[in-house]
Amino acid sequence: MSDMEEAEGPQGPVPPHRVIGTPPPTPRLLGSGAGDGGTSDGHGAEVEQAEEKLPDVSDFPSHANNAEKIVAFCFLLAFIAGCGFIAAYIGLEVGSVDSVFRSNLALGLSLSVALLGLGFGAIIWVRQLMPDVEITEERHEMRSSDADRAAFGEYFAEGTGASQFVKRPIVRRTLMLATLPLAAIPIVVLRDLGPQPGTSLRHTVWSPGRRLLVYGTNQPITPAEFSAPGGMITIVPEGYTDDLDALAKAAVILIKFRPGELNIPTRTDGNTLIGTMNWTVDNIVAYSKICTHVGCPVALYEQTTHHILCPCHQSTFEATTGATVIFGPAPRPLPQLPLTVDAQGYLVARSDFTQPVGPSFWERG
Amino acid sequence: MSDDLNVPKALSGTGSWLDDRFHGARGLRVFMRKVFPDHWSFMLGEIALWSFVILLLTGTFLAFFFVPSSAPVVYHGSYVKLDGISMSQAYASTLNISFEVRAGLLMRQIHHWAADLFMAALTIHMLRVFFTGAYRKPREVNWLIGIALFSLGLIEGLFGYSLPDDQLSGAGLRIFEGVLQGIPIVGTYLAFFLFGGTFPGGSIIPRMYIIHVLLIPGLLLALITAHLFIMVHQKHTQMPGLGRTEKNVVGQPFFPYFMAKGGAWFFFIFAALALVATFAQINPIWLYGPYTPVAISSASQPDFYMGILEGSLRMMPAWEWSFLGHTISFSVLIPFIVPLTVVLGGAALWPFFERWATGDKSYHNVNDRPRNAPIRTATGMAAVTFYGVLWAEGANDVIADKLQIPLYTVTWIARVLIFVGPAIAFYVTRRTCIGLQRKDKELLEHGLETGIIRQLPNGEFIEVHRPLTEEERAPLEAKKVPALMPGPGSEDENGVPAPQAHGALGLPRAIANRAFAETVVIETNGHGNGHGNGDGPADEHAAVGAGHAEFPGGDGGSGDGPGGESGDPD
Repeated sequence: MSDMEEAEGPQGPVPPHRVIGTPPPTPRLLGSGAGDGGTSDGHGAEVEQAEEKLPDVSDFPSHANNAEKIVAFCFLLAFIAGCGFIAAYIGLEVGSVDSVFRSNLALGLSLSVALLGLGFGAIIWVRQLMPDVEITEERHEMRSSDADRAAFGEYFAEGTGASQFVKRPIVRRTLMLATLPLAAIPIVVLRDLGPQPGTSLRHTVWSPGRRLLVYGTNQPITPAEFSAPGGMITIVPEGYTDDLDALAKAAVILIKFRPGELNIPTRTDGNTLIGTMNWTVDNIVAYSKICTHVGCPVALYEQTTHHILCPCHQSTFEATTGATVIFGPAPRPLPQLPLTVDAQGYLVARSDFTQPVGPSFWERG
Repeated sequence: MSDDLNVPKALSGTGSWLDDRFHGARGLRVFMRKVFPDHWSFMLGEIALWSFVILLLTGTFLAFFFVPSSAPVVYHGSYVKLDGISMSQAYASTLNISFEVRAGLLMRQIHHWAADLFMAALTIHMLRVFFTGAYRKPREVNWLIGIALFSLGLIEGLFGYSLPDDQLSGAGLRIFEGVLQGIPIVGTYLAFFLFGGTFPGGSIIPRMYIIHVLLIPGLLLALITAHLFIMVHQKHTQMPGLGRTEKNVVGQPFFPYFMAKGGAWFFFIFAALALVATFAQINPIWLYGPYTPVAISSASQPDFYMGILEGSLRMMPAWEWSFLGHTISFSVLIPFIVPLTVVLGGAALWPFFERWATGDKSYHNVNDRPRNAPIRTATGMAAVTFYGVLWAEGANDVIADKLQIPLYTVTWIARVLIFVGPAIAFYVTRRTCIGLQRKDKELLEHGLETGIIRQLPNGEFIEVHRPLTEEERAPLEAKKVPALMPGPGSEDENGVPAPQAHGALGLPRAIANRAFAETVVIETNGHGNGHGNGDGPADEHAAVGAGHAEFPGGDGGSGDGPGGESGDPD
């Protein structure tokens, strides 16, 4: 926070030293003389401001004549640019990327010039044509006078007395009682905004025998077709390829490892099995693609380190050991989808996920 | 002067007609001469105001064409790369606005840039108000309204950029849903009610739409109106200077000066937004593709004002508690709640804390220079640092990429800086403020270095100092220092304990009070300011003592400018 302009003229008159954060000295300081007229209506003379006449000649008349021309030029430019905008609107077609960009350039530029012309014209007008003045206005105190406050208190007390609000508590209390349900109604009527969560966050559409389809082509896949180690592909459940609600929970990543790389320890949560080598097929493992942090798709996979990375908040999961968390805010491993192959040799789910996918929630347990 | 100016009949006739019915002349006459202090920092709030006006204008245009629906359609518009793709009507209509509606793209881009400018201007305006102490009595309510405006602006922006239902904003919405879901006890219900079921569902787009175009803008408009009316009613604050007192306001009249300046400022802001909208592409949703929960683009970043939330989500370690069949995910909850509570909640409470700590119940219409309130300025800078670390961490992947630092290292640096940074900022700022006060003291006591070296007859060289002019002295002398309160246990001469020392909060209050009362005392020969230095504990620097002015201090220790007495130090 530098503040002092070091005004260090080596010789001669020292230039005015001005503190940044304070206005420059103003050439014309109009005195706040007493009202010298204009008190047209009689009432309320106490709030009349000091009447200072604004001068109606520019500070530097010769200068001002030039400024006048510049202002007129700016306004004229604004007029032309404004017409240009309308012309560009009428004349330039849209409907393709190139034509849209052309139109955007012409419209935006003409609009900008029109607005700049108005802005510059107005500001030069103020600064060069209007005489520089500074006026002083007295503040009136915010606090009401003691007399007004007392009068207010009296009125309030009188009104309260007249209303019998204090004397007749039964009226007061029933009134308050009456407002209670009405106040609650705006909240109550929001109930039908959505269904109760129920157990829907615990399940996905994966079910025993449901085929894994490759995202994009929507084709089933056999272990033999997914043979290149180090690859990661995105999988969607058969029958739900266009169902965003289903996919938001059921999206899966499929990773192929070299023999011996994959080493998922058998893990349980209570009595539920949540991770095991038995759910892999041919060194292929399927994990939920929905990050356990706040639900972004974990879309990045680094082959050499076997790290799965969520691009949103950089939660990092170790793919070889059951997608355990090695960095970032995700609190749990990515759930593992039990895999097997069906009679045609295609990869299918052995069951649904055995634990809720995606972000934590209160009822998750 | 203006006797020769004849008001045209059309104007005076209309004026009379209106005044016969509304009695407007009296009020408007006063308003025309309403004084607007001239200071660049007073234009910051105006940027936010004008951005809001531009948002309303462009937003109305966009609403004529936008279809707030998640219903799927197959796209056959002029953006051929997405031809035949299934997408929501919201996304398709946004493509339509961009490629088929003339000036649609321009309006979209101005709207988006204006939203960013609105939030940026609001932020900087609030910083200005904070650092100059303009939130003090009687303006606390307007300060709170400002914080409400900022909070509403966050939600308004989030919902606004989520409406097009593109891949990027959909990911943001997913994060929002994930965070909602993580709130203890009611989280899943909140998420299900807002989204009408599981994510993404078909309800969120129309619901966000009505909130974005009606509910929040209505609230913003009402609050902005209240903000402005309160400002007009209480009158502006002003920066310290010659002739500026707590009881007046110095500046230029509304008509014609401020009217023209404000109008010009509107045109400049609109022009700036039109220029960036012309040359700087923002939110090219056609490149992102329609939303699907299956995919995401890397280096996804929200708009800048959400960066603090994004950063705190990225910074947080994986903390989660499971107990009795329930889960609390602190790795979501803390980032969601703590940063905004610290920054906005802290800002909301600050005026009341300062009032409590300083015991200052007087009106403040002349702003402080930031250096003259070291604790406030240091606290503000600590908050800025806190915000800044979180904000930068929101782009940790970009930082790691550009600076070639490992990603996790960036996050670890941020995890340390979030605690250390504000502390350093507080210390450095406080010392800087004291240093700058010393500089002021030197200027006042010894005048200004002229750069002229003179040799005295005895051979000694001295630099000639020139005393400050009255105009130069005024802002420096406007310093006000909170009065020292009696500490806990202190009694007056009758043995009555000091009222401020009562209760459990007596000691913390006394400590806070001493911190606030720290100042560099200026010794001017009998000048209005800074009398007495008796009760300050002797510091290592004799000049840094606490306080002066008896408590309760009303206007602190200021003499409101030098008045008639202009003591010449030499």
